[in-house]
Amino acid sequence: MAHDVDPLEHERASWKPSSGLAVEVSDPAVNPGLPPHRERITDKDPAAMQRAVRTVYTLFYLSVAASIWAVVAYMVFPLDGTLAAVHNNSMFVGLGIAFALLAIGIGAIHWSKAVMSDKEYIEPRHATRGRDSTREGAIAVFEAANEESGFGRRAMIRNSLIAAVVASVIPGITLFRGLAPEGEDPVELLEHTMWKKGMRLALDPTGRPIKASEVTLGSAFHVIPEELAKLSHHEGYLEEKAKAIVLLMRLPQEDLIEAEDRKSWSYDGIVAYSKVCTHVGCPVALYEQLTHHLLCPCHQSQFDVADGAKVIFGPAARPLPQLPITVDDEGYLVAQSDFTEPVGPSFWERH
Amino acid sequence: MARFKKHRQSGRRSPLAAAALIGIGLLITGGVYAGASAAVAATSETEPAASTLTVEDGQKLFQANCATCHGLDLQGTDAGPSLYGVGELAVHFQVSTGRMPLQAQAPQAPQKPVQFTDEQIEALASYVQAVAPGPAYPASEVLDGEGDLAAGAELFRINCAMCHNVAGAGGALTEGKYAPNLHHTTALNMYAAMVTGPQNMPVFNDMNLTLEDKRDIISALLWMQENPSPGGYALGSLGPVAEGLFIWIFGIGTLIAVTVWITAKSN
Repeated sequence: MAHDVDPLEHERASWKPSSGLAVEVSDPAVNPGLPPHRERITDKDPAAMQRAVRTVYTLFYLSVAASIWAVVAYMVFPLDGTLAAVHNNSMFVGLGIAFALLAIGIGAIHWSKAVMSDKEYIEPRHATRGRDSTREGAIAVFEAANEESGFGRRAMIRNSLIAAVVASVIPGITLFRGLAPEGEDPVELLEHTMWKKGMRLALDPTGRPIKASEVTLGSAFHVIPEELAKLSHHEGYLEEKAKAIVLLMRLPQEDLIEAEDRKSWSYDGIVAYSKVCTHVGCPVALYEQLTHHLLCPCHQSQFDVADGAKVIFGPAARPLPQLPITVDDEGYLVAQSDFTEPVGPSFWERH
Repeated sequence: MARFKKHRQSGRRSPLAAAALIGIGLLITGGVYAGASAAVAATSETEPAASTLTVEDGQKLFQANCATCHGLDLQGTDAGPSLYGVGELAVHFQVSTGRMPLQAQAPQAPQKPVQFTDEQIEALASYVQAVAPGPAYPASEVLDGEGDLAAGAELFRINCAMCHNVAGAGGALTEGKYAPNLHHTTALNMYAAMVTGPQNMPVFNDMNLTLEDKRDIISALLWMQENPSPGGYALGSLGPVAEGLFIWIFGIGTLIAVTVWITAKSN
């Protein structure tokens, strides 16, 4: 703790007001110094000290007990395969371990605060600015290094090194490109789903085709293309499902407001809309059968199913794309075509 | 000890007193609210039983309690819809959960303490069924909770979880409407809700979810009601919002309290 020299000596110069200042500070604030040392109760009262010591070792012994409890709890609450057992096991073992570690920490802090020596020291910070000699030394080191390595002089070596460092990033870019679909146009993939003319609308997840007569008033069916149910996960089941999911609803015919060119897209009050939100792609499926409103749970966009799924609230930019449907000879609902616009959120090629 | 007393800040003025007071206040408010909402949500366990009241008793109950809005002949009025074709299942669902008689014309009829005894509900349901039949009670096997749990949970996630939450904790809809939690819903009321589509809930008819599917979904929900969450206290099963709020307030609050204690001078 001994400081022979004033550690701030070489920085004092910078504390003087600059000569550019118009006003000289004649009454600078006086450093009040530290308040007088106040003795702790444990320093003044031996009984209090005794109590503090007792508290500290009691905490440490409690920690021992809690550690033992954690081991006991592991055996008393065995994992027998039921969720209740998992719940009890993790809770009681966890409580034991948590209390064991917490008691060590609290004990150590209490020990240092109440029992350990309470002398006060002043230890000044070292100066931020280096001594002038140190600063000159550092510059000299850099200059010597430049001179001896020839970094500034041998331009060929330096430039080839810079080229090598830049090139080392290129493999990373290539790898990232590999995350995009290979051999296929990503824009093409985003613009089309698996729906095709004549493809039957089927129940998620079984793939059982749906008859128009099954969709009663007020119903909401969660729909996938019939062929999707036959795909395995290796064949891109989830990728295709993410784009092709559809919500099928039947509204009273008089409630439907349909654009002239879309009158043929519904069948007897049955409408099918993409379930992928046009905002950031959450599945929109919170359907209120009385108001015919669809709510997206992520950012509260609301769509009016009765009026072309137009946005009536929230951040979505476009109505949900409608799947044109009709019925086939056997009465099953089928798609007239793919969606006529890309489903889901905006991307660069679609605004 | 006299010196000790002098240094110590008396209880009421302690800097911790305000924090402790707020904490106690929050605990009491939360406790009372939780108790009250649990009491409101509690629905009586009503299994259709052999009724001692007759259809005529049901008619009298209907005329006294329901006809103001639904009309003397179930034809409906400006204040309430017609009950033609709603059937005994819908009547039992609406009345046994306390949704009917309606509390007020509002975005949604809330659950509240049930107004009638099981026999009275049964009589009301029989009367409505007798005048204009609709969906009837299911076979008891549909409600036995012995279905395929995994299949039921998958169907629940596909068809129901977007509104009712994956753990059946319910959730908000638009303009004050909400999907209620399913923590205390009886098997019969789950079935009735799927078949009749009360209020804004869509209808899930037997062609969409077959009887077997409904039995699986009911089984999965009953299983969730009976089994605890393996991950400890579920905080209402509301997901990251509730959990994040808890850790931000109590977790970080505790950390701040501990840091203050560590750096404070010992008395």
